[in-house]
Amino acid sequence: MRHTASVTLVLAAIWLGNSGHYDALLLSFGVVSIALVLWITHRMDVVDHESQPLHLTTKLPAYYFWLFKKIVASNIDVMIRAWRGPSSISPQFERVPAPQKTDIGRVIYANSINLTPGTLSVVVEDDYILVHSLSSDGMAELKSGEMSRRVCGLEE
Amino acid sequence: MDVYELLSAILLAIGSFLLLSGGIGVLRFPDVYSRMHAAGITDTLGACLILLALMLLAGLSLVMVKLLMILAFLLITGPTSSHALGKAAWKSGVKPLMGKALNR
Repeated sequence: MRHTASVTLVLAAIWLGNSGHYDALLLSFGVVSIALVLWITHRMDVVDHESQPLHLTTKLPAYYFWLFKKIVASNIDVMIRAWRGPSSISPQFERVPAPQKTDIGRVIYANSINLTPGTLSVVVEDDYILVHSLSSDGMAELKSGEMSRRVCGLEE
Repeated sequence: MDVYELLSAILLAIGSFLLLSGGIGVLRFPDVYSRMHAAGITDTLGACLILLALMLLAGLSLVMVKLLMILAFLLITGPTSSHALGKAAWKSGVKPLMGKALNR
């Protein structure tokens, strides 16, 4: 029920934000389209804690803030390597443990790895992620496990 | 030229430079995986800075809401698509070039 309410709110916000027309006719079209999407998503059985991770809402902002700092730092690193050319990179390809208990935890971890340029999650399995890294520094940082610990912290 | 326009111009300049760097990386790096890292610059910080600059120009309005939505969707779909691309390359048997031994 909470998940259905959340889908409805998100759809309504997207519709209102994209529309800009608020007369009765168009608003009723909006209501009808939201109802249609709700019906389809229920039929597809995708309205649950995975598509609407409400339990993460309070913890995500702090994580995103930390992740954004990482994204900026790794962008600068990869940018410098791009200008210095292929001699500045030494790619690594290794398994990194993924101790997250839930699927959504692993997805957040793998997506965070991808969002920071310089590391790329190639294969996601139950207990590890196969990661391609542009440099040994990037791989070492990932293996130090700070990002993994923070994602585990989200799950609790 | 007020302070928002100035800030926006600075962000656009930095963002464009990042996009250019991403393009240069894609051209110079040796294999598909390392090129995807370079492409990652363009769809994370490059896109963020340019959208932020446009938001500063738009001010508090419906246009800003739409730009925020573009940013949110970009930050969710970007890593997902690069994972799909990397996995497709791996599954079709592309082996990454490793270590320092890749200088032509």
